[in-house]
Amino acid sequence: MATRPVPEMPSARDAVQREESALYDRRILDYIERAAATGLYEIRGLGAKRRLPHFDDLVFLGASLSRYPLEGYREKCTTRTILGTRFAKKPIELDIPITIAGMSFGSLSARVKEALGRAATALGTSTTTGDGGMTQEERASSKTLVYQCLPSRYGFNPDDLRKADAIEIVIGQGAKPGGGGMLLGQKVSSRVAKMRTLPEGIDQRSACRHPDWTGPDDLAIKIKELREATDWEKPIYVKIGATRVFHDVKLCVHAGADVIVVDGMQGGTAATQLAFIEHVGIPTLAAVRQAVEALEELNVKEKVQLIVSGGVRTGADVAKALALGADAVSIGQGILMALGCNSDSYVQGGKHYSAEADYRLLKTASGYCHHCHTGRCPVGVTTQDPVLEQRLEPEVGARRVSNYLKTLNMELTMIARACGKQNVHHLEREDLAALTIEAAAMSGVPLAGTSWIPGVQPT
Amino acid sequence: MVGVTRESAPSSVKFDLRKQSVSELNQFLHGDLTHVATVRVENPDGAHSIAVAIDAPVRIEIAGHAGYYAAAMNQQATVVIEGNAGPGVAENMMSGRVEVAGFASGGAGASAHGGFLVIRGDAGLRCGISLKGGDIVVVGDVGSFSAFMAQAGRIVICGDAAEGLGDSIYEAILYVRGDIRSLGADAVVQPMTAEDIAAVTSLLAAAGIDASAREFKRVGSARKLYHWNADAKQEY
Repeated sequence: MATRPVPEMPSARDAVQREESALYDRRILDYIERAAATGLYEIRGLGAKRRLPHFDDLVFLGASLSRYPLEGYREKCTTRTILGTRFAKKPIELDIPITIAGMSFGSLSARVKEALGRAATALGTSTTTGDGGMTQEERASSKTLVYQCLPSRYGFNPDDLRKADAIEIVIGQGAKPGGGGMLLGQKVSSRVAKMRTLPEGIDQRSACRHPDWTGPDDLAIKIKELREATDWEKPIYVKIGATRVFHDVKLCVHAGADVIVVDGMQGGTAATQLAFIEHVGIPTLAAVRQAVEALEELNVKEKVQLIVSGGVRTGADVAKALALGADAVSIGQGILMALGCNSDSYVQGGKHYSAEADYRLLKTASGYCHHCHTGRCPVGVTTQDPVLEQRLEPEVGARRVSNYLKTLNMELTMIARACGKQNVHHLEREDLAALTIEAAAMSGVPLAGTSWIPGVQPT
Repeated sequence: MVGVTRESAPSSVKFDLRKQSVSELNQFLHGDLTHVATVRVENPDGAHSIAVAIDAPVRIEIAGHAGYYAAAMNQQATVVIEGNAGPGVAENMMSGRVEVAGFASGGAGASAHGGFLVIRGDAGLRCGISLKGGDIVVVGDVGSFSAFMAQAGRIVICGDAAEGLGDSIYEAILYVRGDIRSLGADAVVQPMTAEDIAAVTSLLAAAGIDASAREFKRVGSARKLYHWNADAKQEY
């Protein structure tokens, strides 16, 4: 019998060697390449992209023999949420514990602001102004509007203050605790410039400190001033980027806040230095636990409400935040993605159009884009360009955001019922288990199948 | 109302902060003031947030020292503080007139969008910080970092300015008669034009100050920080 020829195996020496370095991976190579080519730090949009301990590392302990579930179809599960009961005459009443986070007119178009207002009104929740002041589009479309008081005070005025339903004093945001707002010249359009009292087209950097108060003792007086300005009607929120959360939350309580908003490092931005986004601030998971501990230690858990934000994406994320002790969550990036951020297409005049060509112009692709800072958003969300902004139709946007919020709320109630709860606010730490040691340590929830919380002595 | 005396219309109203709260005063001032000409606030004793967010062409006299945020967010009213004022006097003022007979603390006129603030004594740190319109006249000196990030409006300083005057200034214009210990980043002395002379003359007159506009230097933005410049020295 003739022997069949054996195919030649490629020698190890002929194969192309592709040994990746964990330390100098593609991300770092790109970073160094950019730094060497431009001498500039990268500024971009969206929040931290690297993997961090997060809500995904927690799971729920649904009903079993030792816990009784609620029927999904017939038994009610309440999502009603009240914020600002401590001092305000008119607390905020929401139908769902999911709010829309502060994002500026300037970073977003006025059409987007209108879409968000409509969606929030439809779902019975609130929107929040941003570092550019209140637009009439948002006030008209949003039934419950939280008005931010930021270090820059762009557009801040007492008429809008009186029109607001709540006031949010911003000390920092998760994407850049310690940094001020940023809007590059291409987005400082005529209208934006006028609202912010700036020359058109300049690169705007907001102050990072408030102009008329410095420390926590001053903050107490500032909070009282805003109450006096509005005759004690409106709840005062204080928003912090997650750093020294335990101490900051205690100081906020002492300063007289009605509601505290804690924004973890996964929180988004439309323009921030990369080093800030990825390397300053602590994960939302750790921040929630610290905030709740601070409130519990001061015995104000029932009086001062906690809103948590920073990478809240799904109904499960919302449920976990509530179980850890938050009263509500705030969503920014997820809302923009519901509008079409990173989608490969947009809807205009009832038809779908591909946006890929415009992503390519930005040297990116759908699913990978973080170029909010350019103002050239391919789907018309984070832009002031009169042509691009037409790609987001307020009615379409409102419907998509409404759908997204409805889905999150449905998942939230489903999980709560599965844990035997009639009210989503009854979700508790004991309903959770952790999948990793880091998540267990950060969230104060035992590692699944064990009673171990790293750093906590067993009782 | 306890402690309130009314005279013949247009009426003059008195509040005594030893007997009434600042909240009661502010709530009154937020109400219908059509028949009120003057409100006199006695025994302020450094209380905070006196006459905050007023929106009426009424005259308010604070008979003594005010704490933080006196006349903050003022619209249309004329507020006269007969003593000194704490931090943030007339902060975020939109229109109207605020006068401080004595000294003003830090952040006087912070982020004001309009209106006219006169300080007859000295002003502390960060006078006119983040100014967004409106005019400030200081008869005495101003502290460090005055006009920091001032975006629009005018500040007239009859005395001296301390460190870092006009740091990161945008389009606000400063007029200084005395010494400037140091200018902040991007702030430069510029020549006084005929318009500047006219402006200073008018502002001094509005403040009731007898001085010559020609004695003032103009300080404005060199506009080098308007665009992020990677070639600039990064110590800034």
